[in-house]
Formats: sequence, C-alpha cells, structure tokens
Amino acid sequence: MKAEGVIGLEVHVQLLTKEKLFCTCPTDFGAGANTRVCPVCLGLPGSLPVLNPEAVTVALRAALALGCTVNNISRFDRKHYFYPDLPKGYQITQHQHPLAQGGRVDTPFGSVDLDRLHLEEDAGKLMHTGESTLIDFNRSGLPLVEIVTGPCLTSASQARAFLESLRQVLLYANISDCRMEEGSLRCDANISLRGGGRTEIKNLNSFKAVERSLEFEIARQSRMLAQGETVPVQTLRWDETQARTVPMRPKEMALDYRYLLEPDLLPLVIDAEIVDRAREDLPELPRPRAARFIKEYGLSPQNAAVLTLTREMADCFEQVVAAGAAPRPAANLLQGEVSRLINQGGKQSLPSPHSLAELLALQEQGSISVTAAKEVLAQMFASGQSADSILSRNSLSQLSDRHALENLAQAVIANNPNPVADYLGGKKQAFGYLMGLAMKESGGRANPGLLKEIMVQLLTKQPINK
Amino acid sequence: MAELLQSGKLMARELTEHYLDRSESLQGKFNAYITITRDRALKTADQVDELRRQGRELSTLAGIPMALKDNISTQGVATTCASKVLAGYIPPFDATAVKKLADSPLLGKANMDEFAMGSSSLTSAFGPVGNPWDRKRSPGGSSGGSAAVVAAGCAPFSLGSDTGGSIRQPAAFCGVTGFKPSFGRVSRKGLLPLASSLDQIGPIARSVEDCALVLQAICGHDPGDSTSARLPVPDFAAALREDVSDLAIGLPEEILDNCPDSRISAAVEAAARELEGAGAKISRVSMPYERETLAAYMLIATAEGASNLARYDGVAYGCRHTSPSWEEMYTGSRVFGEEVRRRLMLGTFSLSAGSGCSSYELGQRARQKISSHLAKLFAEVDLLLLPAAPFVAFRLDEELDPLTMYYNDIYAIPANLAGLPAMSVPCGEKGGLPVGMQMMAPRFREDLLLRAGYTWQRRTDWHLRCPREVEQ
Repeated sequence: MKAEGVIGLEVHVQLLTKEKLFCTCPTDFGAGANTRVCPVCLGLPGSLPVLNPEAVTVALRAALALGCTVNNISRFDRKHYFYPDLPKGYQITQHQHPLAQGGRVDTPFGSVDLDRLHLEEDAGKLMHTGESTLIDFNRSGLPLVEIVTGPCLTSASQARAFLESLRQVLLYANISDCRMEEGSLRCDANISLRGGGRTEIKNLNSFKAVERSLEFEIARQSRMLAQGETVPVQTLRWDETQARTVPMRPKEMALDYRYLLEPDLLPLVIDAEIVDRAREDLPELPRPRAARFIKEYGLSPQNAAVLTLTREMADCFEQVVAAGAAPRPAANLLQGEVSRLINQGGKQSLPSPHSLAELLALQEQGSISVTAAKEVLAQMFASGQSADSILSRNSLSQLSDRHALENLAQAVIANNPNPVADYLGGKKQAFGYLMGLAMKESGGRANPGLLKEIMVQLLTKQPINK
Repeated sequence: MAELLQSGKLMARELTEHYLDRSESLQGKFNAYITITRDRALKTADQVDELRRQGRELSTLAGIPMALKDNISTQGVATTCASKVLAGYIPPFDATAVKKLADSPLLGKANMDEFAMGSSSLTSAFGPVGNPWDRKRSPGGSSGGSAAVVAAGCAPFSLGSDTGGSIRQPAAFCGVTGFKPSFGRVSRKGLLPLASSLDQIGPIARSVEDCALVLQAICGHDPGDSTSARLPVPDFAAALREDVSDLAIGLPEEILDNCPDSRISAAVEAAARELEGAGAKISRVSMPYERETLAAYMLIATAEGASNLARYDGVAYGCRHTSPSWEEMYTGSRVFGEEVRRRLMLGTFSLSAGSGCSSYELGQRARQKISSHLAKLFAEVDLLLLPAAPFVAFRLDEELDPLTMYYNDIYAIPANLAGLPAMSVPCGEKGGLPVGMQMMAPRFREDLLLRAGYTWQRRTDWHLRCPREVEQ
C-alpha cells in the first residue's frame, strides 16, 4: 500500500499592484538589476516603511475570494534572520495577528482548509555567477500574501491539484498573475509520515516540482521508517537535475526569528464597511459561476467546468451569448475549436465575442458549412477580422443558389456516365461518389442538403441505358 | 538674531562664518563635532541672503545656523552615528526635520554616543566630547555634541534625539535648554533609529523661546512616517505669551526624596517655589516605579535597538570580513564598540522566545503600567516638575559601571515610555557645574511646557550663564 503523507503548503503569492508594499517603487518584472529600488526597499538607515493601500485592497480581495475571516485589526512584525538578500536584517511580515484566518479552496478532490493569510514583503534575489554572488534588490519589498493550508493534504497529486485550484481563484479575482517561472507564485511544502519527523521543502517553483518532490519525500520517508530509522526534522530543497531533495541546513542551525512588533507601522484596521465594499467588488468565482451556467444556460456540468476554467473564457462565453448566440453551440465552439486554437497559437488574442456570435449565426443560417466555419475562425484568430469580411473576401460562404447547384450537378452527371450508370443500375454507393465530386467542384461550399436534393432529382430524370 | 537678519542689519553669511570659525577653533578643545560642513553652510547662507535681498518672505529661522546630531540623515554629508560601521555611508536623502530647516545653514554634524547608546558621549568611535563647563567632564549623552556646541556658543541651536533622556540629560549637564517633543510630533524619517517606539527628534538651544521657534519649524505630520501624529501644530509663540497662574504642577515625592544629590533636589524644590510665586499651584504627587522604569526601558530599547542594528551585518556596511564561509563573513565583521555590543547581546536575549513570553513583552507590560499611571497623574496636575538627571556632569575618567551609567536617565525615561513631551532647563549650579530641572506634560501638550519654561526663564538667569572657558 502506498504511504499516506501529512502535507501542508505555504504558498507565497505576489500581489498585482503598481507599487511595492512599503515604498513607491514600481513592481514591473524584468527591469535592469537594482533599477527599481529606493532607500526603503534597500533598507537604508533612517528609512521608514509606509503601507501601500493598494496592496491591502488586493490582499483583502484574496482573503474574501478564499473565504477567510478578515481580522478587524492585524499587525506587522519583524522576523529576524541574516541572509544577504534581506537588507534590513529582518522581514516585515504578519506573525501574531495576520490579516485573515480560516478559509478554504475547493478542489476536484474536495475542499482544502486554510489556516491563515497574511501580508509580507519579498526579499531581494541572489544571483550566483561563478566565483561571486550578486544581489538584485528589485524584488525586495514586493507585496506578497502568504497562504498557509492546514496539514490536510495526503498526497503529491492532491498538493498539485490544490495549487491548480488556488491559482484558478487567484487569477479569477485578479489577485496575482501566478507566474511560477517568474516567481510570482512560490510554494514551500511540509511533509511527514505517521511516526516520522517533519521535513520542509523550500522554494518549489513549478507545479511539477511540488508534485515530484513530495512523491520523492513520501517514498524516502516511508523507506526510512520501514527500515526502522528515524526521519530527522530538516529543511530541504528540491534538486531538479538530480530529482531528489537535498538538506539545506541542519537542525542545530534552527532559527529563532525573534519576532518584534514592527514599531514603525501602525496596526492595520479593516472595518466591516471596507470588507463589505471589497466583497461587492469581488468577481463571481469559478465554482458558483459554473453552477449558474448549468442553471441559466442549460449546459452540462462538464461544459460548465471547462468554460469556467479561466475568467477570460467564461466572460467570452457570456458575451457571445449576449450577442445573440444560442448557449450550447456557443459553448461547443468555445471549448472546442476556440480552445484548440488558443492552445495552438499561444499568445494570439481571442476574437471579439461579437464576431464569434456572428460566425455562429452564419452557421445557424446554413450560409456556411462546419468545415468553412473552422477555416473562418482560424483566419479570425490570425487577422483579427470579422467573420463577414473574411467570408466576402475568401468566398467561403455556403453555395445555396439552386440554379448554380443544378448547373454544377448537371455537369458532374454528364462527365461521369459510368458511375451514373452504376447508380441507376442499383449500386447505391455510387451516389456518394458523385456527391463527393460535386462537392469538390464547388470548393466545399455547396450546401450539402440542397445539393443532395438536386442530385437525386436530376439522376431520376436520367434515361436508363441498358 | 532673527530680527537682525530680517532687517538686513546682519547677513546670514556673516553670522554663519562667525559660528563656523568658532566651531573650528574650539573643535580641538571639545571634539563636539564629527564633521564640520563649512561649504554647505556658506552655500545655504548665501542663498538666504540672496532671497532676502530679492525681498522674498522667509521663515523666522532662515539664515540662523544649526548643528545636527550625527544620527540625523543629511543628503550628501556623511552620517556616522559615531560608529565605524557607517564609515563611508553618505545618505541619499535629508531627514524630514532637516528638510523643514532647509534655510538654516548646517554648521556640522555633532558628536554623540555610538548609535545613541550611552549617557556620556564617551562611546563615540570619534573620541569623547568635552563639557564646555569643564572639558575634563562629560557633556552627557547621547546628544552630548549637540548640547556642547550650544553651550560653547558654536551654534545658536542644534537638533538632538531622545530615546531615554538623550536630549534632556546632556542639556542639563551643559546648562542649556533641551526639548523632547511628544512621540509622533516630529517625523522620525531620516533619523537613524535606536528604539523606534521611543525615539524623538528635538531642539537644544539657549532658551525656551528659541526652542519654541525650532519646534514650530520641525513639528507636524509626515506621510513618510506612519507613526507621526495627524494633528495640527499649535502656535507655540502664542503659548509663550501665557503665564502659569492657572497651572497645577506636581512634584514627585519619591524622586525628590531619593535623589542621590540633595543639591539637585533642592534646586528643583526652589524652582517650584519660584513658579508658585508666579501663580502656579504646587502639590506633591507619587511616581513610585524607579526600578520598573529602568528595567522596562532596557528591555524595550535594547530589543528594538538590536533589531534596528540588524542591518549592519557586516555585509553591506562597514568593512566586510572576507572569508570563504558565509558564517565567518557574518561573525568575523566586528566593528561595533563595547557598549553597542553589550546592548546588542541584551536586546537579542530580550527578544528570544525562550519559554513562551519574551522579556521584551514583559517590558511592554511594565511600560503600559507606567503609561497609565502617568495618565492618571495628569488628571490631577498639568505638569510634573522633577530633576533632569540624578547627577551633575561626571569626570571623563570616572569609571562608571554600566548600571550607574544607565541610572543617569532614570528621571527622563518615563516620558519616553509614555510618549510624553518633556523639557530640561537650567535651574542652578553645583561646584560650577549646571543643574537641570525637567518638566513633563501630557501628550501633545508641548504648549504647557513652553508656558512654564518661559515663565521660569523670564524670572531667572540660569540659562544666560556661560561657561568661563568659552566666554564670548
């Protein structure tokens, strides 16, 4: 039997704000090293932190989106430790009185309870360049929330699924861009097995790393316990290339953070009115939205879940419907062909909901075939033009002109006496062959129903050559 | 002086040159400065003279030179905190208080105890400061240089900082007037912190009147300091015009009865009688918590101090110890002086979690007790009158043990713990050395101190006396 772990995650999420948490330096990613710094985020002597209200607004939105209870008064603490990326020798965080407590994240395997959510500042970034180590303080002071789960996850795959669900909510409510590769979503994992010590894996920076490192730890710890060894309490890091966890610091170096109530900042007071206003500003979240899609538009649970995966897709669906499209064809179009093109094209922009509705209407009217619709859609993605203008330029609209189709069918029949004879002689498959030829002749544009009707009509009028 | 400047009878440049010359010539004698900033001072003076020539409206203090304690950030001028750790550090910004005094030529940065940890100005990495009344004695500390430059006539006023008496005790030792405003009255932005919840910048000058002018300039809310009070600044000059006839003044009896120097307590009692003569109502009150005061202060100030100094980890500041290992780089870079090291150890211990409740938290509880007791006292009286320090200036070669040294601030600390405004004014002498008395008022009632202090100085001449060594 596979061993069950006791897993808790600490997730650090960078908030989408224009300025840092305690100064007015910009938060943009990828600027030249140490160009987004000031006395405050460099920790120069005599500089003082001033709390950025925008960060509080976004953190509050996160707390509400995750169903946390917001504390009326929260406080900031100094967490002391020495590391070169920490310019003040302490990090400003919320230790004893966090912004919010409790909360949960709904995941495909059930609900995961959260312990707390608090604000804190990020540290600088060390860059090891062969001989020496350089420090970039652009990241120093970026606003983070730390989200801590209860010890309620039991497997690596659950941990990963939890993170994916969390990420979905955070993206939905515009709290963070959650780009793990840029470090705007980072994760530490605590893991123990029954009877063993707890280890902490630091700085996991991809979903894959979270899953694989936890799988590795569960296997390693259960092997040790099976052999009667004790699992020591340790802080580890995940070595991607060796695919194993490596100790970072031994237990005897365990840190005493000497928490101190930050004397340079006032307590953060959030009254009920502010919470109510933030709750009103909160967008509809994926779960309730999916439920509404089922009820309001008659979608299947499967359809509703897929459409609400991202806020952009769900918004687009509702806009297409609002522009006059029927819900089910709209849902099929979005989760089928549109999704395929998004995944294929990467950064292409979504066509406007209005033009998607237009495309669906053309299909509905029968003036465009399914095949042609795909082609039009691809061109809409590539060029950003409306369905109408693409159709008129490329003559992709369906051929429904009876006279034109009769001429076309007549020509096919005249030029293929043998299959015609076969058909009249009783070989019904020959009809399909003739239809195919006619369709090809029309460049795929012939309205198939009308063409079939005309073909049957003309063939029955043919003299039978015995 | 301000009038002479405004009328054009005196040029800011003349005045500034006078003080610069005097500062430079007495530097060898008292070592009161760490840096003298002649160029910057003359540049400001010339700008003020030019603006005045153009007929511009200028602040009252425009053109009046000043000295700043060397823990107040000055853009482009080294700010050392009297420590080797900050060697080479030049702040890229001015403290808010300095910005508000932009028209005052900066004579120089005054010597002090290293990181403001001390009551003697002996712990400076740049050598001890001499007291202008007797250069073989301490000017007090930590703002010893700021008090000495005013006493020696090297600067009309200076700014110091007061965490646990660091403005008032040196003012008392040097026979000048020192004012610690309420916590939150003056922005701390740009002040290199000792204990953030206790620190406050304040003026040192010859008279209460001069202090009022400086206070008017430096007080006020600063969005850059979250702990600065969002309160309007009263008209302090108006406060000077009121007398003390409706004021109730309390004399803490335990302090006066137990003062180790009876000449000091006698001087304070005499001052009380003088103020009674001016119409004040005098009564005896109780402040029975000497022991708790010092303990709470040491636990809080050392803990916050250790935290504030954590950034001087030997990596970014001072000279880095080059060694192959991370741990050695940190532990090898030792440039702090003895007193700073002692307090870092105490502070680190005070914050350590240990068994649940840190000593720091115990200190905070005692602090709350003292604060609420003081609040009750101020329901009965408007002001408290007590000694500024239990001693007069001690000799530089006196080997005071650390505890006796800390005892210097025993009467000053309650005001810091409770965030109250307090002031030290000269009120007597002992063996040719000045004696200072302290007045303490409810939070944000600086006006009461100014009223009583100004009344006192109009009736006495202690604040006008000059040390013979430096007579002008």
